[in-house]
Amino acid sequence: MGKVVVVTSGKGGVGKTTSTAALGAAVAKTGKKVALVDFDVGLRNLDLIMGAERRVVFDLVNVIQGSAKLSQALIRDKRLETLYLLPASQTRDKDALTEEGVAEVIARLRQVFDYVFCDSPAGIERGAQLAMRYADEAVIVTNPEVSSVRDSDRIIGLLDARTVKAEQGEHIAKHVLVTRYDAARASRGEMLSIDDVLEILSVPLLGIIPESQDVLRASNLGSPVTLSEPLNGAAKAYIEAARRLEGEDLPVMVPFERKGFLERLLGRRAA
Amino acid sequence: MSILDLFKRRSSAPVARERLQVLLAYERLGRGQPDLVSVLREEIMAVIAKHVQIDQDYLKVSMERGETMSTLEIDIQIPNKAAVPLALAG
Repeated sequence: MGKVVVVTSGKGGVGKTTSTAALGAAVAKTGKKVALVDFDVGLRNLDLIMGAERRVVFDLVNVIQGSAKLSQALIRDKRLETLYLLPASQTRDKDALTEEGVAEVIARLRQVFDYVFCDSPAGIERGAQLAMRYADEAVIVTNPEVSSVRDSDRIIGLLDARTVKAEQGEHIAKHVLVTRYDAARASRGEMLSIDDVLEILSVPLLGIIPESQDVLRASNLGSPVTLSEPLNGAAKAYIEAARRLEGEDLPVMVPFERKGFLERLLGRRAA
Repeated sequence: MSILDLFKRRSSAPVARERLQVLLAYERLGRGQPDLVSVLREEIMAVIAKHVQIDQDYLKVSMERGETMSTLEIDIQIPNKAAVPLALAG
């Protein structure tokens, strides 16, 4: 039985889709079978970030409504044969998803794949709640900034109340992924520190992704950064985060501003 | 503003942290519960309705949040017609 991981945030524009693609590709690279499911019905973008926008024929809504088979809607990645994408519909709205339909699709994906990543839409409404509904674990994407942290806190409340796991009295594993971290601004005290974010949210840290041009370039090219440029800083941070998600105990490095020729790194343990 | 102020600029992250901590402590309290003010309003209305007939519009319930304590303000207007001595306002 595969593991279902929801990538969520509450706030928009923090990097959910980019992180879904980067984490999913990093896990798939280790040989695990991975499905990425776009829940942002009406505003799909995972296909674009994955470079598969011209290969979408059927989507999640078609599968739920029975007009396409799951196997017809799944798009296999051209770079990695263990990586698949289930796109969202671009023409429908979020009401086209039903709880029973989503339950069935997730249950079937679980049987075939080792990991199912659900890319949540922004907000706390129906679409976001359906994306998290059947998750075993959650990656909460947060920028070190007040509105993003507040929204993450709200999403954490929903994860603990509205997921099937929570309703059954089980624990849903939660991880914070801090993205767009700017070491220079943090060192000047102009950005919430990692410690601040973790203390406020009291959820363990999955990784810290530095603000990076490489991530933007990867999006432009339609390739997850962990595939196109696996050696750059942001990609390395995503690859390590993916290893932690798989249960490896790796210390998290807080990116530090380079001072002179010394690149200072401060090690910290993943909580 | 003197030239010294340029050097005295405080970093903003501690302020952000403090504001978030206060705000979230409050938001977490109310999570999962129906809105406290409207529940109070409904129950107060029911209690009054046992003794005096008043209109919904004559009851005002509001809550103001302070840093160390909050004030609950209940304002009930009883029309003179229903002249029943009740000291409920407060």
